[in-house]
Amino acid sequence: MSETTKTLIRGAKVLGGEPQDVLIDGETIAEVGQNLSAEGATVVEAAGQVLLPGLVDLHTHLREPGREDSETVLTGTRAAASGGYTAVFAMANTFPVADTAGVVEQVYRLGQEAGYCDVQPIGAVTIGLEGKQLSELGAMHDSAARVTVFSDDGKCVDDAVIMRRALEYVKAFGGVVAQHAQEPRLTEGAQMNEGVVSAELGLGGWPAVAEESIIARDVLLAEHVGSRVHICHLSTAGSVEIVRWAKSRGIDVTAEVTPHHLLLTDELVRSYNPVYKVNPPLRTEADVRALREALADGTIDIVATDHAPHPHEDKDCEWAAAAMGMVGLETALSVVQQTMVETGLLDWAGVAERMSFAPARIGSLAHHGRPVSAGEPANLTLVDTSYRGVVDPAHFASRSRNTPYEGRELPGRVTHTFLRGRATVVDGKLA
Amino acid sequence: MKRHLISAADLTRDDAVLILDTAEEMARIADRPIKKLPTLRGRTICNLFFEDSTRTRISFEAAEKRLSADVINFAAKGSSVSKGESLKDTAQTLEAMGVDAVVIRHSASGAPYRLATSGWIDAPVINAGDGTHQHPTQALLDAFTMRRRLVGKDALGQDLAGRRITIVGDVLHSRVARSNVDLLHTLGAEVTLVAPPTLVPVGVERWPCEVSYSLDEVLPKSDAVMMLRVQRERMNAAFFPTEREYSRRYGLDGARMAKMPEHAIVMHPGPMVRGMEITAEVADSDRCTVVEQVANGVSIRMAVLYLLLGGSEPAVTTTSAAPRTEESK
Repeated sequence: MSETTKTLIRGAKVLGGEPQDVLIDGETIAEVGQNLSAEGATVVEAAGQVLLPGLVDLHTHLREPGREDSETVLTGTRAAASGGYTAVFAMANTFPVADTAGVVEQVYRLGQEAGYCDVQPIGAVTIGLEGKQLSELGAMHDSAARVTVFSDDGKCVDDAVIMRRALEYVKAFGGVVAQHAQEPRLTEGAQMNEGVVSAELGLGGWPAVAEESIIARDVLLAEHVGSRVHICHLSTAGSVEIVRWAKSRGIDVTAEVTPHHLLLTDELVRSYNPVYKVNPPLRTEADVRALREALADGTIDIVATDHAPHPHEDKDCEWAAAAMGMVGLETALSVVQQTMVETGLLDWAGVAERMSFAPARIGSLAHHGRPVSAGEPANLTLVDTSYRGVVDPAHFASRSRNTPYEGRELPGRVTHTFLRGRATVVDGKLA
Repeated sequence: MKRHLISAADLTRDDAVLILDTAEEMARIADRPIKKLPTLRGRTICNLFFEDSTRTRISFEAAEKRLSADVINFAAKGSSVSKGESLKDTAQTLEAMGVDAVVIRHSASGAPYRLATSGWIDAPVINAGDGTHQHPTQALLDAFTMRRRLVGKDALGQDLAGRRITIVGDVLHSRVARSNVDLLHTLGAEVTLVAPPTLVPVGVERWPCEVSYSLDEVLPKSDAVMMLRVQRERMNAAFFPTEREYSRRYGLDGARMAKMPEHAIVMHPGPMVRGMEITAEVADSDRCTVVEQVANGVSIRMAVLYLLLGGSEPAVTTTSAAPRTEESK
């Protein structure tokens, strides 16, 4: 990585606005303005490009420890930097599960050593993700990893009492529970969205109500105990309605949507290609429309990747035998540009809010998701929005290749990423 | 016709009628002293069965042998599959051994489609039943049986236009129901599904058929009634309260059969659960075509194999009224 202390980003459209120069000195933004002096600085000519605050992903699976064959903290954070991220939250479903201070500190330390982006571990709500007994949430918060987001993601905290207690307990240190909303009994043997396509394909249905019923319960629980709750990877139009209702009542709920749920539908499952197998499953065109509108109007607060790397053999098989999940860090911004910006639903300031400011706020990250202004940490992402390219997973920095976008043309390319003033990506390549 | 037979929905009306007509020719072979055609001599067909199904496997094997193919039976149990080998590796192993066609039965919906489209092998793939998805040769043999019984044996070139077919039972978990709905619709029949609402899939409203929850209302308007097997363990998942209640509401007994028009037939893909969806009285009656369906299955599978693999050979149906046989050579 380049160790330049001064960098001048010249003529970038800050958050999509008027072209400005941004001078980075050391770890911070020294100045933002017109015609800034380039003396002693490395110059990045950025005319026409959009400068965003470094992206923050609230939902990443880095797989280490335990499944280093699919991803490691190093390869995952390299993928994150390539995609314009400066901070990622690492989900707890590793082997062993991140349900103790020891494991979260290990993941945190691996992130620091890798140096490509900050890794903020998420702690498991319950021991072993089993939904039965609370993990030592306080110990994880008090550890060097300073955990504030807790999730059993991959599994739902389906026991209403455990969920209630977790919501209450983490209030003591400003924590938040991120719920993977999936009623387990309604989704036994589930393979894809339940509807017209599953009826034809003969694949076990994952009904929308299995997500919506848990979200409805949890926003009511959050209201009852006065806690905040975060909903992971919201995927249905019905879920949008419930969150909208909850927010209108003043319930402290936030929600995320993945890039793939903004673009893809269950029609793709007709190929029986497990690269489209993901949890929650791809839904219908009507759901995609509702999710885009909800992200635009703020009902859904953020985009989170649910980056879920899997080795080739776990996807190169029959549908039922395949693992669920898609990689997403290196394509997220492009998908958001296509589905939200180029459709006129969001401007770049709106993208900055949903992919940087808001996720940092929800995850209580003090030094990420900050305005692009003097004195702020120099966590920045520069995007060539005019670029058009076909996705080729062979070029991914991630160890895994399970992308649903292979061969698809997507807009936009991250040309530079800066983590505390240091370039992690230069001219589209990892530094 | 396409290169593979994965789904009954892939067949056009003309494809389906051609298969039925070819099967009529094949059926005549069964009446000969030597029940064998040389068509697939020197070709190797693998019956790749990842799921137990003795009757379907034997039916394919009989069809393959009557066409003089070399047959390899591969059953997942006791094979490398139980040791964790993937479908891909198994398929590539067979391909390397020079298999000319693969007949696959698999518990995972879509496995035959994957095999045919993922580039793992080149050989034609014939779906012998995948999960709860499709079982196209079953639908073809059912249509063949219906055409013979309802239209006549000299029905060459004809379809099932206007025939009213009722399919009763566990539609949700049934590849037979899905295949039949697709094929019967293609052949012009009017299909009604009858089941408790729990055993009808969400999304059925887009299928080209009607749905009824009352067997008694539909029976008098049926030319054929197909009873599907209902597994007893379904009641453990609350699809219906008890076996007896299921039988009372959706089982076919003598009294119900009497409500059917005189010409109407009773069908079952087998294996039957006597006392559950069908009583012994009905199963053993003259109107029940279960045994005929088994015989027709061999003819249909011969026709499918012939049309998929023997395309360049002289067509048995055009050169002479009777197909060439070993004895006539």
